[in-house]
Amino acid sequence: MAANTEVTGTARSRSVTLRILPPGLYAGRASKVLERSLLVSRKMWLVFVSGIVEPAVYLLAFQIGFGRLVTEVVGPGGEVMSYAAFVASALMVASAMNGAVYDATFNVFFKIRHARTYEGMLATPVGPVDIAMGEVSWSMLRGGLYAVAFLAIMTLLGLSGSPWVVLLVPVALLVAFTFAALGMACVTFIRTVSQFDYIQLAVMPLFLFSATFYPLSVYPEPLRPVVQLSPLYHGVELARQLSVGVVDPALLGHVGYLAALAALGLWVTSRRLAGLLLR
Amino acid sequence: MAAAGERSARELSPLVSAKALVKRFGEVEAVRGIDVEVFKGEAFGFLGPNGAGKSSAMRMVGCVSPRSDGDLRVLDMDPQIDGPSIRARLGVVPQEDNLDTELSIRQNLQVYGRYFGLSRAHVRAKATELMEFAQLTERADDEVDTLSGGMKRRLTIARSLVNDPDLLLLDEPTTGLDPQARHLLWDRLFRLKQLGVTLLITTHYMDEAEQLCDRLVIMDNGRIVAEGSPPELIASYSTREVLELRFAPGESGDVASTVDGLADRVEVLPDRVLLYTENGEAALSATHARGVQPLSCLVRRSTLEDVFLRLTGRTLVD
Ligand SMILES: Nc1ncnc2c1ncn2[C@@H]1O[C@H](COP(=O)(O)OP(=O)(O)OP(=O)(O)O)[C@@H](O)[C@H]1O
Ligand SMILES: [Mg+2]
Repeated sequence: MAANTEVTGTARSRSVTLRILPPGLYAGRASKVLERSLLVSRKMWLVFVSGIVEPAVYLLAFQIGFGRLVTEVVGPGGEVMSYAAFVASALMVASAMNGAVYDATFNVFFKIRHARTYEGMLATPVGPVDIAMGEVSWSMLRGGLYAVAFLAIMTLLGLSGSPWVVLLVPVALLVAFTFAALGMACVTFIRTVSQFDYIQLAVMPLFLFSATFYPLSVYPEPLRPVVQLSPLYHGVELARQLSVGVVDPALLGHVGYLAALAALGLWVTSRRLAGLLLR
Repeated sequence: MAAAGERSARELSPLVSAKALVKRFGEVEAVRGIDVEVFKGEAFGFLGPNGAGKSSAMRMVGCVSPRSDGDLRVLDMDPQIDGPSIRARLGVVPQEDNLDTELSIRQNLQVYGRYFGLSRAHVRAKATELMEFAQLTERADDEVDTLSGGMKRRLTIARSLVNDPDLLLLDEPTTGLDPQARHLLWDRLFRLKQLGVTLLITTHYMDEAEQLCDRLVIMDNGRIVAEGSPPELIASYSTREVLELRFAPGESGDVASTVDGLADRVEVLPDRVLLYTENGEAALSATHARGVQPLSCLVRRSTLEDVFLRLTGRTLVD
């Protein structure tokens, strides 16, 4: 039967993953879960539009308002840059975060607690790890899409100085992936809609205090390590540095931190889905 | 020669084999050590009342619920290790529909096929075929939520066939279907069986079990209380015929002593007295002769319901 042959066909590529994950939780079908989301998303264009409009409004506000009051700051490489450009790259990363978190929380909650969507999937070869990877990848694409739109607006407003800004797209994807994985992990613990307030409670300070609006050096010395715990901080630093073309080893540290958190999020999500649905 | 012998031995090895299988949910022991073997081409049933542990057993076979104790092999593999490979060859109709409410009817079938790794072209053709099977072709592009309960059930059943399964797990497949749809489904399941698909069915409808199952187990309280083909079970636990005497509630108890000795066995229920006998008509004349005046009476053949009553002292469906 066709189904059987494909399982053996993917067996070799799975063997590596199987060493890290418990057997039976992964079938190499994450792409099929993603495919479902793409199909569903065709009906949700309005959500996309709103997700893009919101950060664009922010950007305009900064360009018109703050940009006049605070004209220049010292950028990552020690060079002076316009404040609007300084904030723009951070806002782009934040919009990737918002898009990903929104998708990986509300939509996933609905599927776990109400629609039984995952229960249907789990009766097929698809396992909890496939679901976690598929859903997080989808949230990443969505967050990434917001970021690309944001980048386009930045460019239109003349806020993207160097050609390096194209590198902000992979940064946005990484940030979106990390936040989607963390958001989905959190959602598996949520039982009622009102508990979503906790997620909002976490996202808001992240947005404000991740060196988004002013550099880390502005924070008092003892607070800096706390700020550096924020995944958004590392995303912001990556984006800001790359936007002006400063490439140094610190970039690797930021990428590593985000990737580690993403892996943690995926692991917790898979474990929790298995615990909730495979009882 | 050797190869032929090997092949027949393989065909004889069971598709599902459970030994002392246990499922616990915390304190609750849903399945308390069952032994089951299901062979290729069989239609095997779990018959039992609410809470008997039928669904818990089915979910373990479906590799979506780890066993708490005992041994389980499905398609000659261990569900704990080879879950995905086993599920690739299963079709599952869960007790409660879990259709994808964000997709249309056609998309439900296509996307489900994709989870099995089937090609786009294949699932497109398969979806068309299965919508025909479930008589939902006219509704192909409608949302799932616009379907009636019975239509959703038919779609769930159609969906379970998308990967041409070797083993079909049906957890109360006809619950919520009207009589016509039930008979249609029985007919479809019968045809699948003839194509060599092995069926594992749970139900608390005895007529369904009698119609569909070659062999079945009767479950109660997490245990298997009897096993065999429907005629075998009736032969060993019941008589050929049953005389049912109906009374006003509460009055049946008084009659028990009067009819004593008229049948092999007498069962007294709140509103009925059942006389188990080889010859129902004869027993009926005898009760009339003793002056018993029921509200109504009926002579019928024994069913699995009687077997269940005999084994557990309770009726199957209240
Ligand atoms: N996820 C669960 N958590 C806790 N207890 C459970 C769970 N699933 C089933 N049970 C318990 O296990 C027992 C058997 O339930 P199960 O669903 O297997 O019965 P069933 O034979 O399918 O009944 P029904 O005919 O009502 O579907 C019940 O006592 C039930 O309360
Ligand atoms: Mg059940």
